[in-house]
Amino acid sequence: MIRLILRDLALAVRAGGGFGLGLAFFLIVTVLVPFGVGPETARLAPIAPGVLWIAALLACLLSLDRIFAIDREDGALDLLATAPVPLEGVTLAKAAAHWLTTGLPLSLAAAPLGVLLGMPWPGHLWLTVSLLVGTPALSLIGAFGAALTVGLKRGGLLMSLLVLPLYIPTLVFGADVARRGADGLDPGTPLALLGAVTLGCVAGLPFAAAAALRTSLR
Amino acid sequence: MPSIWTFANPTRFMAVTQRLVPAFGGLAALCLIGGLIWGFFFTPDDYRQGATVKIIYLHVPAAFLAINAWFMMLVASLIWLIRRHHVSALAARAAAPIGVTMTLIALVTGAVWGQPMWGTWWAWDPRLTSFLILFLFYLGYISLWGAIDDPDTAADLTSVLCLVGSVFAVLSRYAVNFWNQGLHQGASLSLDAEENVADVFYYPLLVCLAGFLALFVALVLLRTRTEIRARRLHVLRLRERMADA
Repeated sequence: MIRLILRDLALAVRAGGGFGLGLAFFLIVTVLVPFGVGPETARLAPIAPGVLWIAALLACLLSLDRIFAIDREDGALDLLATAPVPLEGVTLAKAAAHWLTTGLPLSLAAAPLGVLLGMPWPGHLWLTVSLLVGTPALSLIGAFGAALTVGLKRGGLLMSLLVLPLYIPTLVFGADVARRGADGLDPGTPLALLGAVTLGCVAGLPFAAAAALRTSLR
Repeated sequence: MPSIWTFANPTRFMAVTQRLVPAFGGLAALCLIGGLIWGFFFTPDDYRQGATVKIIYLHVPAAFLAINAWFMMLVASLIWLIRRHHVSALAARAAAPIGVTMTLIALVTGAVWGQPMWGTWWAWDPRLTSFLILFLFYLGYISLWGAIDDPDTAADLTSVLCLVGSVFAVLSRYAVNFWNQGLHQGASLSLDAEENVADVFYYPLLVCLAGFLALFVALVLLRTRTEIRARRLHVLRLRERMADA
């Protein structure tokens, strides 16, 4: 499994088209927001946590088709299915690699972008924390969505229709952590719930995704 | 007493449902015509809501079925995944468009009622929002069925989606509760609640509920029969092509 993570990481970094692009997309969406709603800090600061969370969610969504689609095209997925590692483990490793290449950089980049949108000080910290805790769930849910649509010719749009509703709990709790942090309230409760959603995804979704993969590969 | 699984045989299912569809259809027509006329013309206006209270006879049964249609799809998906009965998978597929229609009816009648009563067509109230989310789940489920050609693969993938979606739908319900305060009134029909709808409205509502339920059963059976026939037609066509070749 470690090998698989390392392989996916190497592919993401060397093959191009993945690693930096998600971050650039995140940056662009954030920059577009002030053009849309106006440059006043009084208007930007209250919506900053939500905007950054939604931008992170979309950046995550864009890179999902990389998880299985490329391996499916060149036949590597069939080899992985017959490998000694069970497909559940493969899914988990793939989701981990996806998180390392998108979720982790996004979480770290969110704080400076929060400054751009005029978030008050302790908010950056809580935004980063909430993204660190929440984005693994996004990667896992995304892996499940990618597994469902891997056999389809044009699965991209369908995948976003399937995956985005599943993102709702993570978004609600994650944005609430950041908002409460920015307002100087105690973000403990939503943070605990966010962690619970992520852990639940880690525990359950690899099985669902592996079941979907087995069906698609049949 | 024959086991319920005997009806998993498509031929037997077709034979039985042939008589059940008109029966449930008739029951639905009877209950709906009776219940709606009773509700619309023979109950008093509410002292605060006036005549708008009568939308309850459409809104509550539709909302009830919107949730229970999904629940029925969940059970049917589980049966398909565990026992591989094709009728079950087709019934789940047949129920989805009915469920999405019921969700839409509940949302629209709610908006029509909310305009004069709450002064707004829409509020981001937990119940309203969860119904919108349920609507999105239905859309995703239906489009996944439509996107896959092989029927067995489609049945498997949609069943897995239905299971995962159910968990996330419940999760979203609680997340949304946490996220915003409610404007919507509490449950109006619970058996154990202290505050319920008054009896004058309660009995016609029960009749309407029964009517909607019968309508749902009739429509699901009818659509499942259609799906089975479509599947048979598909096989016949394939056979014909094989014979030609």
